[in-house]
Amino acid sequence: MIEFALNYAWLVPLLPVLSFLTIVFLTRPWARLSSAVAIGAMLGSFLLASSLAWGVFTNPAFIEEPLHYSLRWLGMEGFTVNAGILIDPASAMMLFMVSLVALLVQIYSTGYMKGDPHYSLFFAYLSLFAASMLGLVISSNLLQMFIFWELVGLCSYLLIGFYTYKVSAREAAKKAFITTRIGDFGMLLGILFLQIQFNTLDLLELAAVIPNFAQLGVSLGLLTLIAILFFLGPVAKSGQFPLHVWLPDAMEGPTPVSALIHAATMVVAGVYLVGRMLFLFVEVPGSLTVVAFIGAFTALFAATIAVTQREIKRILAYSTVSQLGYMMLALGVGSLSASLFHLWTHAFFKALMFLAAGSVLHALHNKADVWEMGGLIRKMPITGWTFVVGGLAIAGIPPFAGFWSKDEILLVTWEYARHGHALGYLFFAFAALTAFLTAFYIWRLIFLVFFGPEKANDHVHESPLSMTLPLLVLAVLSGVAGLIGTPWTNLWSTWIHFGDAHSGEPAYLLMLLSVVLALAGIGLAFILYCKDQDKQAARSLAKKYPALYNLSYRKYYIDEAYTWFTRKIVDGGAKVIYLFDIYLVDGVVNGLAALTKGSGQGLKYLQTGKLQTYALIFFLAVLVLTVAFNLDSANALAHLGGVK
Amino acid sequence: MAGALNPSYFVVLSAALFTIGIYGALSKKNAIAVLISIELMLGAVNINLVAFNKYFTPEAFSGQIFAIFVITVAAVEVGLGLALIIALCRRRNTTALDDLDWLKW
Repeated sequence: MIEFALNYAWLVPLLPVLSFLTIVFLTRPWARLSSAVAIGAMLGSFLLASSLAWGVFTNPAFIEEPLHYSLRWLGMEGFTVNAGILIDPASAMMLFMVSLVALLVQIYSTGYMKGDPHYSLFFAYLSLFAASMLGLVISSNLLQMFIFWELVGLCSYLLIGFYTYKVSAREAAKKAFITTRIGDFGMLLGILFLQIQFNTLDLLELAAVIPNFAQLGVSLGLLTLIAILFFLGPVAKSGQFPLHVWLPDAMEGPTPVSALIHAATMVVAGVYLVGRMLFLFVEVPGSLTVVAFIGAFTALFAATIAVTQREIKRILAYSTVSQLGYMMLALGVGSLSASLFHLWTHAFFKALMFLAAGSVLHALHNKADVWEMGGLIRKMPITGWTFVVGGLAIAGIPPFAGFWSKDEILLVTWEYARHGHALGYLFFAFAALTAFLTAFYIWRLIFLVFFGPEKANDHVHESPLSMTLPLLVLAVLSGVAGLIGTPWTNLWSTWIHFGDAHSGEPAYLLMLLSVVLALAGIGLAFILYCKDQDKQAARSLAKKYPALYNLSYRKYYIDEAYTWFTRKIVDGGAKVIYLFDIYLVDGVVNGLAALTKGSGQGLKYLQTGKLQTYALIFFLAVLVLTVAFNLDSANALAHLGGVK
Repeated sequence: MAGALNPSYFVVLSAALFTIGIYGALSKKNAIAVLISIELMLGAVNINLVAFNKYFTPEAFSGQIFAIFVITVAAVEVGLGLALIIALCRRRNTTALDDLDWLKW
């Protein structure tokens, strides 16, 4: 089985492709059959991926030497692209995680999407997404990866706008697509530069040649430009400031989509990609600082927004942005291991919280305001308690998964600062403050939704087993997924690392700090939103500092700023170009036509229709020509001379 | 050799006839008058052909023969022209050239 999985790794993304095609062309009219096809294919993928991951992680040879095979895909003189498969611990981990979360989300969707008129189509899209994402993960070539990168973007677009009858969903889908396109454009330029300068797009070959960029005649400035352009793609895809605006709006899609695409898998593709290309970024120290700064800033920035949001999924969305910032920060300080570890644990607890939120919305018929909820844990115990597990994990309470990965990030940031990077202390402060805010906003949500007095939820009941089962599985994983990366049993960093494997002493002081921060956040949330039944203190705080409250509630007016920018600057520029088009381009064309028409209009009077006029002109012309030709000839001149 | 025939008399006669013909062809309103004017021009050409043949190449007959050809073609042309004019007269009840301007813009 393991041997088979390693040799046929391409089957992992292929199975969902087949289920996509089957559903679209064959089983679409039969909803249950369609979902069975999708889940069956995904289960196959998951089994293959897990035996593959097992094979990779139990065999030290794969950890040092990635499994790589490729075929010539297209080529011409001086330009060859090989499509292939690259299996190393990072991609094996991603394969396992993506296929597992996708499988759980599909099972969950059979309950959540029940009765939807486009039920089959939903599963077809989910399959296509899973296929694209799995394909992205194992791509060995940047061009191949870029195609999958765009495909996941397309699936994201299709699924955000799944409720096509909702204007807001359509708008959100467009926003997501256009915003990520901005980044993809930069990334494509970066890929083209790499092809031009290094004449290969194969990841392993690039990893081999890029450290020698100076010998190849590539200046550091150009390499910096390549790295920054390349980084634009992940910034947009992983919702980093300032291109994060699409991610909270993407919550217009069905909740399973938010859990799968906009929390666990697609949005971390950017982190994964930067991790894959870390060999490029380490050559340009400035670019790594940019990555770290954007990550740290995004983490704090999104956390401060999440603190005041009212819609349950929006809070989670900003939380996702913030956690993605953490991952970027870890990459920026040079630790692939910590970043992907957080990616791994985050996938489970964030998918869990999204699915639990979906369960709540399902029960409440899409009332999303957390202020109108309360006491749901008594009516929905499984949803409630699994959410609490997720909340403990993201807040960073040991031994839940999030604690270990967040602690790892804090640790690497701290060490980065201690090794002479003054900015590192700032990053550390950002990360620590974010840890506190994270615990606060998630527990604010939990206390508001699940505890306190019950509010108008008479008909609320627990979701069916198809929805609670994935929650339970994810809750278990949120509990234990971090245990493979504790400082004492640090399997993770021996598996996945960039450069030398990092194995530091357990930093007890740092652990204590992060636990204290988490407990402080939870405690503050408890005081404000649970103990205080009327939430008087919370309300009066918002009243007391309306400027701060509004700044956070209105998301720092970033959307308004972008709207202003597009309305005034982009539309204004378009207006100028429009006028140019109308008056100059069209003017020349229309002017030529008018000239032709006008001259024809004027000259038509020569066409009198009177034969004698024509004859007269003909005669005069002959006369003139005769005289002219004979004047010209030497004979005639001599003759005229003779006459004189 | 005053009083004797010399070629310039023929040339002057021919030029006068041709000019009269041109004038008539360009100015007459009646289609039949125009046809007659064209015959005048052809006659002028014939005089030239015969006279030049007589005075410059008396051993050849090409000028004479050409004149006969021109007369033949002129007869055919008159036949055709008159037929057209009759057809025109039947349809439009006019022989005035000024009315024949339907092909303009």
